[in-house]
Amino acid sequence: MPAFTGKGTSVTRRGRWGCGNVKPRTLETPDRMPAIISVANVSKTYATGFSALDRIDLDIEQGEIFALLGPNGAGKTTLIGLICGIVRLDAGSVTVAGLDIGTDYRAVRALIGLVPQELTTDAFETVRATVSFSRGLFGKPPDPAHIEKTLRALSLWDKKDNKLMTLSGGMKRRVMIAKALSHEPRVLFLDEPTAGVDVTLRKGMWAMVRELRESGVTIVLTTHYIEEAEDMADRVGVIDKGRIILVEDKVTLMKKFGKKQLTLQLEAPLDELPASLAAHALVRSPDGSELAYAYDPRNSQGAVARLLDDLGRAGVRLKDLQTTQSSLEDIFVGLVGRVGEKA
Amino acid sequence: MNLHAIRAIYAFEMARTLRTITQSIVSPVISTALYFVVFGSAIGSRIEQIEGVSYGSFIVPGLIMLAVLTQSISNASFGIYFPKFTGTIYELLSAPISHVEIVLSYVGAAATKSVLIGLIILGTAAFFVPIRIEHPVWMLLLLVLTAVTFSLFGFIIGIWADGFEKLQLIPMLVVMPLTFLGGTFYSLSMLPPLWQKVSMLNPAVYLINGFRWSFFGTSEMHIGISVAVTLAFFVVALWVATWIMKTGWRIKA
Repeated sequence: MPAFTGKGTSVTRRGRWGCGNVKPRTLETPDRMPAIISVANVSKTYATGFSALDRIDLDIEQGEIFALLGPNGAGKTTLIGLICGIVRLDAGSVTVAGLDIGTDYRAVRALIGLVPQELTTDAFETVRATVSFSRGLFGKPPDPAHIEKTLRALSLWDKKDNKLMTLSGGMKRRVMIAKALSHEPRVLFLDEPTAGVDVTLRKGMWAMVRELRESGVTIVLTTHYIEEAEDMADRVGVIDKGRIILVEDKVTLMKKFGKKQLTLQLEAPLDELPASLAAHALVRSPDGSELAYAYDPRNSQGAVARLLDDLGRAGVRLKDLQTTQSSLEDIFVGLVGRVGEKA
Repeated sequence: MNLHAIRAIYAFEMARTLRTITQSIVSPVISTALYFVVFGSAIGSRIEQIEGVSYGSFIVPGLIMLAVLTQSISNASFGIYFPKFTGTIYELLSAPISHVEIVLSYVGAAATKSVLIGLIILGTAAFFVPIRIEHPVWMLLLLVLTAVTFSLFGFIIGIWADGFEKLQLIPMLVVMPLTFLGGTFYSLSMLPPLWQKVSMLNPAVYLINGFRWSFFGTSEMHIGISVAVTLAFFVVALWVATWIMKTGWRIKA
């Protein structure tokens, strides 16, 4: 079994995290899987009067990696807490694998593993004891072999007898993941799991997450590192001010909202744009040495070629050019900003 | 019933006791031994027998009750407050475990520890004064019932407290004075009539008298009254503790 090295491991189709009878999702099957979590018309208002969630509807599909994005205070942690039983539900319903989180709480919670945002650990416990405790708490009989497998996979085995207070922040984060995986959950919630974790360790964690997904575990993650969501997620949900403002397949989202920008570096700076180029909506840099041209690649066939022709006719000579694609972060900021303007 | 979870919490709490054995067990034993030296030997030697029992022996049941009451509250309140303080309570709230099972696990562990301390103090007392137990089964039953009841009370305090100061507030300002004034070191008949009547409002009086009856076979009230008062307190504490877990008061947003 390969260990968690922090350097990233290849995605194996079989995986090492057996999780019962869930059919593993394969990379070749883009078809949507049935929902394992269904959130319907859910609202939550705290005692302070703060409305954290407002009539949320959301389906998480079985075996996917779902990234929930949103600014601070958007309602991400409340939504996760509510599904996991930490926060009380005011209105609406939530089911996990078809089971109601209220009436069937035992069965539901046994299916779920949670890695919370805060690094909360029992400082005086050893790594092995705290992970074994979590397994028992979730109703599973002691299984030293599984605990060893989990700790080895997270490169924690050599720290098994260390007290948690002696571990680094990154190691504590891994212990929390080990605790969440100790009872072999079918759904894993990762609430900002890489916050404060160095880049190398983060890559290793995401490799592990991919592997979990390949073994059939559904992953719901929130992250501030949007490039991670871009890299990892199958689908993306954006939440802001307690409302889900978008749920979309990541690739579709990038296609739908993604813009391209052509940046032209000029041989000689322009004091002003020639009138013949006015139709192209070019943006001149303050020093006049660059021109930027934003376009939608789906609806702008031939536009770049026409622009280059017109530039040549206007006598504008180019030194260099480059194109950039808008990232998920750009899309996210645009979406949240748009909602903010409407509010 | 999630027996694995109950066992996990119980074992976790008992392991904490062993980790902090000086504070958990050695400290109350030393305190009680000091009580025997001061009250039993130094002062007690100048006090004549009470209800046919030497003063040193007379205070044994009261001292055991004093330790069991304070330790039950302290253990149970700390047991549930600490996960709240560190934030690890998220795991408890998200686990497939019922409210009753949570109460049972924490209270069971706290009560076990208190009973052990009570028995250790009894053994310690035997080094200082002669001990006789007329009703050993009743003695054990009352010891366990008191430990469970006050562990429930401690559990409620642990949920209610939002700081370490509050954890100590009720044990120090309410429980300790009531126990001292509940006849730990004296017989109610030694008080003036007015204070005898006032003392009957103190629930600790019933606990200590009942427990003392199990040792010496004599009591200032019928054993049935002592057991009934303790049971009534147990039922109220159980109901409140279960209600708290059910509603999530102070632990769920």
